[in-house]
Amino acid sequence: MATVLIYAEHKDGKIKKVTHELIAEAARSGAEPVAFIAGSGIEAFAAELAGMGAKRVLAAQGDAVKFYSNEAYGKLFAAAVKTVNPAIILMGASDQGKDLAPRVAAILGVGLASDCTKVKIEGDKLNATRPIYAGKALADVEFTGGAPYFATVRPNALSIGPTAAGATAAITALPLDLGALKSAVKELVKSATAKLDVTEANIVVSGGRSLKSAENFGIIEKLAASLPNAAVGASRAAVDAGYRPHSDQVGQTGKVVSPTLYIACGISGAIQHLAGMRTSKVIVAINKDPEAPIFQLADYGIVGDLFEVVPALTEEFKKALS
Amino acid sequence: MNIYVCIKQVPATETKIKINAGASGIDAAGIKWIMSPYDELAVEEALRVKEKNAGSTVTVVSAGPQRVHETIRTALAMGCDNAVWIETPEDIDSFQAAKALAGAIRKESTPVDLVFTGKQAVDDDCAQVSQLLATFLEIPYVTAAVSAEYGASSVTLKRETEGGTLEIIELTKPCLIAAQKGLNEPRFASLPNIMKAKKKEIKAYKLADLGVTDADRKIRLKNFQLPPPKQAGKKIPGDAHTQSKELVRLLREEAKVI
Repeated sequence: MATVLIYAEHKDGKIKKVTHELIAEAARSGAEPVAFIAGSGIEAFAAELAGMGAKRVLAAQGDAVKFYSNEAYGKLFAAAVKTVNPAIILMGASDQGKDLAPRVAAILGVGLASDCTKVKIEGDKLNATRPIYAGKALADVEFTGGAPYFATVRPNALSIGPTAAGATAAITALPLDLGALKSAVKELVKSATAKLDVTEANIVVSGGRSLKSAENFGIIEKLAASLPNAAVGASRAAVDAGYRPHSDQVGQTGKVVSPTLYIACGISGAIQHLAGMRTSKVIVAINKDPEAPIFQLADYGIVGDLFEVVPALTEEFKKALS
Repeated sequence: MNIYVCIKQVPATETKIKINAGASGIDAAGIKWIMSPYDELAVEEALRVKEKNAGSTVTVVSAGPQRVHETIRTALAMGCDNAVWIETPEDIDSFQAAKALAGAIRKESTPVDLVFTGKQAVDDDCAQVSQLLATFLEIPYVTAAVSAEYGASSVTLKRETEGGTLEIIELTKPCLIAAQKGLNEPRFASLPNIMKAKKKEIKAYKLADLGVTDADRKIRLKNFQLPPPKQAGKKIPGDAHTQSKELVRLLREEAKVI
């Protein structure tokens, strides 16, 4: 049975959903999922990871690793790989996983398939497919350097599995053997309005330059607020005009998203924007121009003035979901 | 200070990607090549640090086929002092690229103070070279930096993560900084500088000079494909109220997503 080592990521006292997705995929394929976790105050996570399907948990715990840093966590995770000797290594392609995985790959001298949208574990092999050119094309990954096969997987690309209450896993404490460090995370500054990230939201409601001002994005905010687990995104034109921060930008030089539902409001659909959202499961476009390219990708299109349609739609969602 | 900036030439972001006949890559015919947008931020940041520190030099390093000379000239025209080109075939992987860049930087005999890169190249989107390069050079790094304050022996950076949380990170120099949008606004090259850049020498290395071989390749992308085409969708008729009501019904009953 192939051993799959999974980097368990947590934020604000919760295991990230992408971690659950990775453990579930390993379990579904008949492999043995082993989780690595680091941080302080992480005692309760071992049982949670076991519930998701982890058979073993390697925990690096202490104040020295209270904050994530690629240098310290890289050393610890590389040590975990050497302890477990897995056939396959998986991380979420989150901001943390994207930062960390290449460091670990460099330390170990193994190849890495970044930001995969399709992974399949077959025996002790990993088949991985990843988007390139921000999703304008896809390619399969051949691991010419051999095992272990290492991949980061995009959140929402895999489904989570059932959780088993009362499941237990063998826990191994990893020594905090960090040596001299050349980097330190001093502080985490939370955004004043703790908001859901577009890459992690189940629903993304995006606005374009036709919103005409930052204030007018209020109607997009209200539409998102009428839906569960929804975040606000923006086109590059809206970000460049200063209506939204760059962290909300969806597209080739912003974030690539694949939510269950993507609602594009007043976005004409430049090729760079379409690349960033085309893998969304269901796409709705609201635009004045019936010829706008966004309608070629939309499952449902509304030709109309967004200043009329968006508030009307907000009311309908509220009614339907109350 | 000795400042290095690593850049990559990529297809312009408006390029419509086509797959080549053997599905082993993209069809490069007619592509307009540009400096990867995040690398422009890296060049700008390197130049700003140089301008605040008299006597500093900025060396631009790029790996790729002959065509990358054009992008190296763009970096020189923006204000870089020296240039290094590593001649490579079209498709090397991130590991080979990072090993080559590290080798070229080491060959430059001057000690490294700062290395700048873009957070990812917008072609293969691997976002690996910055971290691999820093690890090979045995220096710390920050990816996706949105601000940087430079001290005598350290750099304090802000890195943005999901939901707008900022990590405040201190790196001991020498270090590598991978630029994210927000770090600065890249300058345009002036005409006199474009003319001057044309005359500058570009030092050339081959992969073999830097000890990079086929055995350094760890992955290969294959079976290139376009995403499956989407079925034409429905346009919902009526006024805003009717359209909204119908859309909610369709999302609920047909698409089953709410």
